[in-house]
Amino acid sequence: MAIKTYREALREALIEELDRDERVFLMGEDIGRYQGTFRVTEGLFQKYGPHRVWDTPISEPGFISIAIGAAIEGLRPVVEVMTWSFAFLAMDAIVNHAAKILYKSGGACRVPMVIRGPAGPGKQLASQHSHSIELWLAHSPGLKVAIPSTPADAKGLLKTAIRDENPVMFIEHPQLYLTKGEVPEGEYTLPFGRANVVREGTDVTIITYSRGVVLAQQSAERLKEEGIEVEIIDLRTLVPCDWETVFQSIRKTHRAIAVHDDWRYAGFGAEIVAQIQEHAFDELDAPVLRVAGADVPMPYNKYLERHAVPQVDDIVAAVKQVIA
Amino acid sequence: MSTRTKKPVRPSTEEREELLELYRQMLLIRRFEEHCDKAYRQDKIGGYLHLYIGEEALAVGFISQLNSDDRVLGHYRDHGYVLALGSDPKAVMAELYGKVTGLCRGKGGSMHLYDKEKNFLGGYAIVGDVIGIATGAAFTAKYEGSDRIVLCFFGDGAMNAGLFHETLNMAGLWDLPIIYIVENNKYAMGTPVELHSAETDLAKRASVYGFPSETIDAMDVLEVRQHARRIIDQVRQTKQPYFVEAITYRFVGHGAADITDPGSYRTRQEVEEWKQRDPIPNLANYLLQNKLATQADLDQIDQEVHQVVEEAVRFADESPDPPLDVLWEDVLVD
Ligand SMILES: Cc1ncc(C[n+]2csc(CCOP(=O)(O)OP(=O)(O)O)c2C)c(N)n1
Ligand SMILES: [Mg+2]
Repeated sequence: MAIKTYREALREALIEELDRDERVFLMGEDIGRYQGTFRVTEGLFQKYGPHRVWDTPISEPGFISIAIGAAIEGLRPVVEVMTWSFAFLAMDAIVNHAAKILYKSGGACRVPMVIRGPAGPGKQLASQHSHSIELWLAHSPGLKVAIPSTPADAKGLLKTAIRDENPVMFIEHPQLYLTKGEVPEGEYTLPFGRANVVREGTDVTIITYSRGVVLAQQSAERLKEEGIEVEIIDLRTLVPCDWETVFQSIRKTHRAIAVHDDWRYAGFGAEIVAQIQEHAFDELDAPVLRVAGADVPMPYNKYLERHAVPQVDDIVAAVKQVIA
Repeated sequence: MSTRTKKPVRPSTEEREELLELYRQMLLIRRFEEHCDKAYRQDKIGGYLHLYIGEEALAVGFISQLNSDDRVLGHYRDHGYVLALGSDPKAVMAELYGKVTGLCRGKGGSMHLYDKEKNFLGGYAIVGDVIGIATGAAFTAKYEGSDRIVLCFFGDGAMNAGLFHETLNMAGLWDLPIIYIVENNKYAMGTPVELHSAETDLAKRASVYGFPSETIDAMDVLEVRQHARRIIDQVRQTKQPYFVEAITYRFVGHGAADITDPGSYRTRQEVEEWKQRDPIPNLANYLLQNKLATQADLDQIDQEVHQVVEEAVRFADESPDPPLDVLWEDVLVD
């Protein structure tokens, strides 16, 4: 297997799906001639031309609505948002339409589309460009949510997303684009709703996704030195979500922590905690803790930002707390 | 089009002072931002940094004609607005450095400046969003029966936001005292106007909301100033909105992080051609040719500006990061 970056893996998935299905097209701001702000679509306009790769004006509600309409008509739009923070402008299109059309049409109209782009903090982009968006999307029935942490998952999940008959919200992380990993060549898809046990351990389960997986791995290495064995579960998709793998792990470790960049208050971690206490309460030897973002708008200052975003130290401390 | 070619009437001392002040302000913005670019590469400034280099004549020409209680709002390319409004360069630089002494205590950064004292009600990082909020400031002026007006600066790309059309409609409907100024610098990031706007005459595109719109050349500060004076007077009197398409050009990349420019979406030659119209040396030449200033006068301004920027940098460098408490402050009013 070749070693590739997360963004190369995404690009590979796009290329393979563009080649596989003529109805697949790409749309977004500066994705074509300019080749993408984060260069995920580098070379694609040059290779596929303006019929397959559409540069849009700065009109998120407009082009996302257009993509929804095209999806109803049978095309397979893959829309890039420069960052998910800009998709707030299109929340009406996403929540009122993409998420509802199948249901309110009584099953008559499908919306097979993907919206993809980066979300998350860590680059001093401050309060308006740093949102984690997964909770907003996972909260709305009618949307699938994928949130890969590795290059291989990025490829496998994006290919599955493009082939899915539903609107899939595909959340990348700006800090992961240049991370590297082995990526299977050619046809490689990953099913939704299948979590990945990234690391096996006996003492505590960390349930996380996206950049949280990287943090969890670093934390696990440190905790190992102290004789604490951490199990890490990468959820990969939040809707559908593989709760069974989570419960299974807790039956072994009896302790759990949820980790994400997003705000703590009413974040996806709250759902993780609720699921565990509803379905695995008797297995627990300690309360399930959350390590999450500070409940403040993201500050610009580097040092404040660091304190607003979960760090390895925070995870290590939480693990020690549940184990004590 | 340029006023430089016209024979000037002998200007008053006052007029001469004003021209030198325009020169000083443009030079300050230029030198200030040249330093920002450097500081960005040294990691002293983080996040996104959008420079106004090349476009200085627009902010300076317009803002110089405002009354002190008029309001200004703009998009994220916002250093020029605050410096033209007279914000303390030290506090601006400190903000870009993320320091607690900055305009926003280090929490906003380059894309989100505010200076309430100078009536700068914000730089807005979501394209188009300033248009709605600025219109709210104009609504307030009307509501209070005040004479003040609002300047709202944004880019050509922002005209494709739905909000642009929604709010211009209401401003026209309700007669709100605001001047919408689109900085048509030919590109929205890497996308030229011809590829993002079905109608490339942007003044025409904004002409359907029941108030005047026109295109001006914004590479010449004297011309901008003349237009600004007339338009501001008119808006203050009629209390009706006005739309200005200002033709301008940025000499640098979309953001300091963009290292593909020029080359990826515009040619170096195009940039060089526009640099011939650099408003700063052009004003210098005008001042010299018309004997409004000597080289020594200009050198002195240069020296002063250099010092102001140096002081700002030193201040920013030496200022502390915000203490951790600041992280939790100002989420809500207590
Ligand atoms: C709603 C939204 N979409 C996309 C972006 C990313 N973005 C930032 S600046 C920019 C280009 C804006 O161009 P223009 O309005 O012409 O202003 P200029 O940068 O040329 O001054 C884009 C696409 C954003 N900030 N907000
Ligand atoms: Mg522009």
